[in-house]
Amino acid sequence: MPNYLSIDTSAHASVALIDSQTGAVLGERTSPRGNDQTETLAGFVRDLLAEHQQVGAELAGIIVGVGPGPYTGLRVGLVAARTFGFVWQVPVHGVMSLHALAERVLDTEHVPAEFVVASDARRKEVYWAKYDASGELLDGPHVATAATLPALPVYGVGASLYPEQLAEAGAHGVEESLDWIAQAAELGWRGIKDLAKGVDLSDTSPQYLRESDAQVPAFMKKDKA
Amino acid sequence: MSTPQHPLVLGIESSCDETGIGIVRGTQLLANTVSSSMDEHVRFGGVIPEIAARAHLEAFVPTLEQALAEADVTLEEIDAIAVTSGPGLAGALMVGVAAAKALALATGKPLYGINHLVAHVGVGVLEGSVLPPTFGALLVSGGHTEILKVTSLTNDVQLLGATIDDAAGEAYDKTARLLGLGYPGGPAIDKAAKDGDKKAFRFPRGLSLPKFVGSAEEPGKHRNNFSFSGLKTAVARCVEHFEAAGEPIPVADISASFQEAVVDVITSKAVRAMQENGLKTLLLGGGVAANTRLRELLAARCASAGITLVVPPFSLCTDNGGMVAALGAQLVAAGAEPSGLDFATDSSQPVTNIVLEPRS
Ligand SMILES: [Zn+2]
Repeated sequence: MPNYLSIDTSAHASVALIDSQTGAVLGERTSPRGNDQTETLAGFVRDLLAEHQQVGAELAGIIVGVGPGPYTGLRVGLVAARTFGFVWQVPVHGVMSLHALAERVLDTEHVPAEFVVASDARRKEVYWAKYDASGELLDGPHVATAATLPALPVYGVGASLYPEQLAEAGAHGVEESLDWIAQAAELGWRGIKDLAKGVDLSDTSPQYLRESDAQVPAFMKKDKA
Repeated sequence: MSTPQHPLVLGIESSCDETGIGIVRGTQLLANTVSSSMDEHVRFGGVIPEIAARAHLEAFVPTLEQALAEADVTLEEIDAIAVTSGPGLAGALMVGVAAAKALALATGKPLYGINHLVAHVGVGVLEGSVLPPTFGALLVSGGHTEILKVTSLTNDVQLLGATIDDAAGEAYDKTARLLGLGYPGGPAIDKAAKDGDKKAFRFPRGLSLPKFVGSAEEPGKHRNNFSFSGLKTAVARCVEHFEAAGEPIPVADISASFQEAVVDVITSKAVRAMQENGLKTLLLGGGVAANTRLRELLAARCASAGITLVVPPFSLCTDNGGMVAALGAQLVAAGAEPSGLDFATDSSQPVTNIVLEPRS
């Protein structure tokens, strides 16, 4: 059966090879560091393909996390996935990266009726999204301070960063999840399920959620005036 | 046909605001496709790194497709891939390097992470140009101002001098802003200067005092180095002076005088460095190579010093993938070891590091 290659770099560099029929994870690699996507990603893919004698052009497709996540790392995964897709002539499917955390919540024993997942957006903010117990996205993704989150259980590393603000919002971090980051294995599984449901995943545009941050300098504004 | 001496190499450039993909067979340029995000930076008056990086992501695959079509080659036919690993903007470099690694892995081709500045010099071998074994290079652009000594393109390049603050192109951009001339500043000031008097104002030539320059026998610390921050300040004071007096700013005269200060110091230092290092040929590179006054004065000073000046076509002077492919082809022909897939970008990669060694 053909396999999917799943890639997510919205947090750390993470790669998985997944059986397209059963969803079984055949192999995976996730960097312990959050700043080495450029160095590690290609090597992870090389090793995974070699270990499983997987020929790139025989993949069922590539599933890639489109973020949100810190931009520089996020782009590494996206440009790699698009390039693999171009060379191997296989489809590239974009999946919102916070879904990977939601999938992990669905695997726990007591899934709340509604819950929030959150990741590190830096600059004193988190990326977050709200789900129901079936993993359906109810709201998000957003970027905001933890103080603005819904009053629900919050999963993921984003819940560990600003506990006081979270408490202020009436939300609370779920203990077992406080070190969870998006991983390619769970992202890929979500992608396979969504494809089976007929969800359109053809858009691989990055979810930056913030403008490019550039301020028009005062002297340029003056010129325009 | 590609042969060991004429390998077919694809080069990728993303160190600043141009996404460039070039394809070279030996010393023959087959394609040089450039997608620039320059228009998106205009309203900011300078390159915004995050905007450049976003544009590289969107441009990469379309630019690759276009270059392959233009060169009429397939990825299977390519012998090797070269990519700029530095110096440059970190976030921009990472998009090109990540893409290059994916391309190399997916095609099974060897990958070389190479030096952007040396690649600027590498275009000198293209299209039948014959360079002597040892020569000098002057690189002037928005990102760099350097004098190089090239003993071997593939394994011996030395930095003779460089700017210690702004690049020449940056000084142009900042001055153009002060004068309300828009971005990019180089062409804008060049144009405004045409109607101006270059002797109207005497602006400072950075690092020209004897204490910095020394003598040929006892060279000062900054003999071959540049500084443009004092010049920028002097222009700002000059503009303020006219504003405070309520007089119109003599844009043409200031442009011409500023340009003369930049070009005078660059050309005199470059020519002296050639003479003192026994170099008979000087190659000019970088986007500011399009500047008419720079070319004119450099040509005159090289001629009187008996130095042959080589100026590649403008499309090869600005950042492009062809230059990366050109240097890549030289490295492949010289038997250099590929860099592998595990190297990191180096935003301040020194010119002595022409090709990255594989990580063990
Ligand atoms: Zn350059």
